[in-house]
Amino acid sequence: MRDRIPTPSPPAPSRRRVLRGGLALGATGAAALTVGGCGSTIAQGFTGGAPSPSRLNFWNPFTGGDGERMLAMQDAYRAAHRSTELKSATFLWGNPYYTKLTLATLGDRPPQVAVVHLSKLPTLAEAGLLTELHTEDLARHGLTEDKFDARPWRKSQFGGAPHAVPLDTHPFVLYFRTDIAKKAGLLDGQGQLVDVDGPDAFIDALRAAKEVTGAWGGSIASVKEASMQFRLFWSLYRQVGGGDLVADQGKRVVIDTAAAAEALAYIRRLSQEKVIPANTDGKGAITLLTTGKAGFLMDGVWQALAVQSAKVKFDMRPLPRVFKDAPYACAADSHALVLPKAPTESAQRLDLSLGFVASMLHSSKLWSEGGHVPAWLPTQRSRAYKELVPQSHYATAADGAVYDPAAWYGGAGSTMQNVVGDAVTSVFTGDTSATAGAARMRRELRDLASRPAPV
Amino acid sequence: MATTTAPSSTSSRGDRWAGPGMLLPFALFYLVFLVGPLIYTVVAGFFETSLLKSGLGDFAGLTNYKEVLGDAEFWRTLRNTLWFTVLTTVPLVLLSLALAVLADRFVRGRWFFRFAFFAPFVLPSAVISLLFMFIYADQLGLAQEAVKWFGVETPPSWLGDPDWAMISIAAATVWWTIGFNFVLYLAGLQDVPREVHEAAAIDGAGPWQRIRHVVVPMLGRTTTLVTVLQIIASLKVFDQIYMMTSGGPDGSTRPSLQLIYDTGFVEGRVGYASTVSLLLFLVILFVSLVWFALVRRAEKEN
Repeated sequence: MRDRIPTPSPPAPSRRRVLRGGLALGATGAAALTVGGCGSTIAQGFTGGAPSPSRLNFWNPFTGGDGERMLAMQDAYRAAHRSTELKSATFLWGNPYYTKLTLATLGDRPPQVAVVHLSKLPTLAEAGLLTELHTEDLARHGLTEDKFDARPWRKSQFGGAPHAVPLDTHPFVLYFRTDIAKKAGLLDGQGQLVDVDGPDAFIDALRAAKEVTGAWGGSIASVKEASMQFRLFWSLYRQVGGGDLVADQGKRVVIDTAAAAEALAYIRRLSQEKVIPANTDGKGAITLLTTGKAGFLMDGVWQALAVQSAKVKFDMRPLPRVFKDAPYACAADSHALVLPKAPTESAQRLDLSLGFVASMLHSSKLWSEGGHVPAWLPTQRSRAYKELVPQSHYATAADGAVYDPAAWYGGAGSTMQNVVGDAVTSVFTGDTSATAGAARMRRELRDLASRPAPV
Repeated sequence: MATTTAPSSTSSRGDRWAGPGMLLPFALFYLVFLVGPLIYTVVAGFFETSLLKSGLGDFAGLTNYKEVLGDAEFWRTLRNTLWFTVLTTVPLVLLSLALAVLADRFVRGRWFFRFAFFAPFVLPSAVISLLFMFIYADQLGLAQEAVKWFGVETPPSWLGDPDWAMISIAAATVWWTIGFNFVLYLAGLQDVPREVHEAAAIDGAGPWQRIRHVVVPMLGRTTTLVTVLQIIASLKVFDQIYMMTSGGPDGSTRPSLQLIYDTGFVEGRVGYASTVSLLLFLVILFVSLVWFALVRRAEKEN
């Protein structure tokens, strides 16, 4: 324990010192009571002392199916590192998680290792909240560039240096019911979907499925899910060749409104031709597929387990290539492990942390069962992963992965996803025309870009 | 206190400090957790305070105020908040009054109505939101099926249509919170003296006339209390909207509190969020002051 009991020499000990002394006493008592000393985590949080050298604090935002897999991966680490005391904390996904991570790091009480989305990396790194990683340190733990999928690896760099170790890529993909697709005559001999690429081919396939289901061809979350609409738009906009939406970390707006209008016009066609319902929430979209009221579902790969648990015949593939103007693209993000900036080097304990990161990557097979495409090539190229169905059927989508534009107001669950997604929704439901929707995106992005950046 | 039997100069001094002394723990909490943050909010509003950096940040002067007052989104969320307040306060006051008067007329089984109307109020907002998300669900939800029953062929998307979403949330809120106002009115009804009822009955007033000319006017102070408590509660709406629509579709249900949450915690612009919260605080403070003024006037008239 760093703190000593305050000596009576100063005339009036400051409030802080008294508090600290009291807490230190309490912590000593607690540590004496619990043999493992688990109780002192709280005391350490108050006094700001470095955690015990064998302790490793790990924060993640994974609940549900992902959370279960993450716990299994941690158990694998614990089994191999008995001397390390791994303390993991799970927080609710999204902004509450990032708020806690940011405040803990600013307050000099960060966890040693934490999970972040790579779309958030530019902002977190620019704010100076992450420890810069060095290739030689990473190499010491077997984490070399050649073992990682190129896209997430590139996205883990900031200012020319790695700031994160990517765990996966999770693209926006297409789910389909094999039984419905078969009845609609959309399957070839190998059970693969026949041509769904191209603007008309995809709608024709949806219409064929609609004839079988008697309700809808496909579904996508639109109500309450601006981020899903953003993903649909962002995928098609990049397929049209629209390029970025903003540049210079969000300070400049470069959206190509003509390309945006083209993508939006296609999105409008999906609801106008009544092959996809315009008002469905996230759960509803999945339910439409699992109850057979829709043959297709556009969603993130992380729903694979939810659909699987409904015990229906389904398969997955990358999002169709609707437009052929540019290289194949689909919206995606990645989970990655970062080392938040620690107050001291001894608090960081680099090698212990990196050893944990390496162990997580070695458990990539377990992680990929939840739907995520592993970034760790030894797993991605393994036979075991190739035999994982339907997870391996869309692995190629990771090659077309496009991340959210880098901006302080961008990334997972961000304001950019909300304002752009809302504009897409209003075109999707027919409240706004495609050109007006594109103009609205430009206006709202300009408004965001003009604001003072918090980083 | 034992000193009351034998008052002396020392004990009276002790008495003088007993009240404040007992108040001290609460006063400390009040200072640390209410006054302190409030001062911080006021100060942060004059700076470009960021969640991603420590300290207050650059001095901004009145820039945040200028920006907030010129921000269309601020006015839109305020309009949404006021619309929600109107949609909930009116039925919550009128309906709870009507239900209380009706339930009060039951001699047997009154406990059942009290329990039935108050029961939803004890449920947490998360439960209510989940429940109504199932009811309002598209394609599969109960509410759409029910409307189809009445011959509407294409029912609206309750939470997906910008014109309907706020009304749907307000309806859920009314069902959920009516119990509180209902109980306040029931308590008010106990204070209406029996003799007044009897006198009115002797004068030949029927049940409806007695309610209109005797009971409702005598519940005036309860109505003021219920109305203002309801307006303040409605202006602070956040959780059920956040859970049911997250402010959508297309921002049509986004209340002011969500703007504060989004700019403060999602975007990390604490200075801006502080300014918005201070302005919302002023709106609510204004409503409370109007209440005090109304009550004082009513008391003078009596």
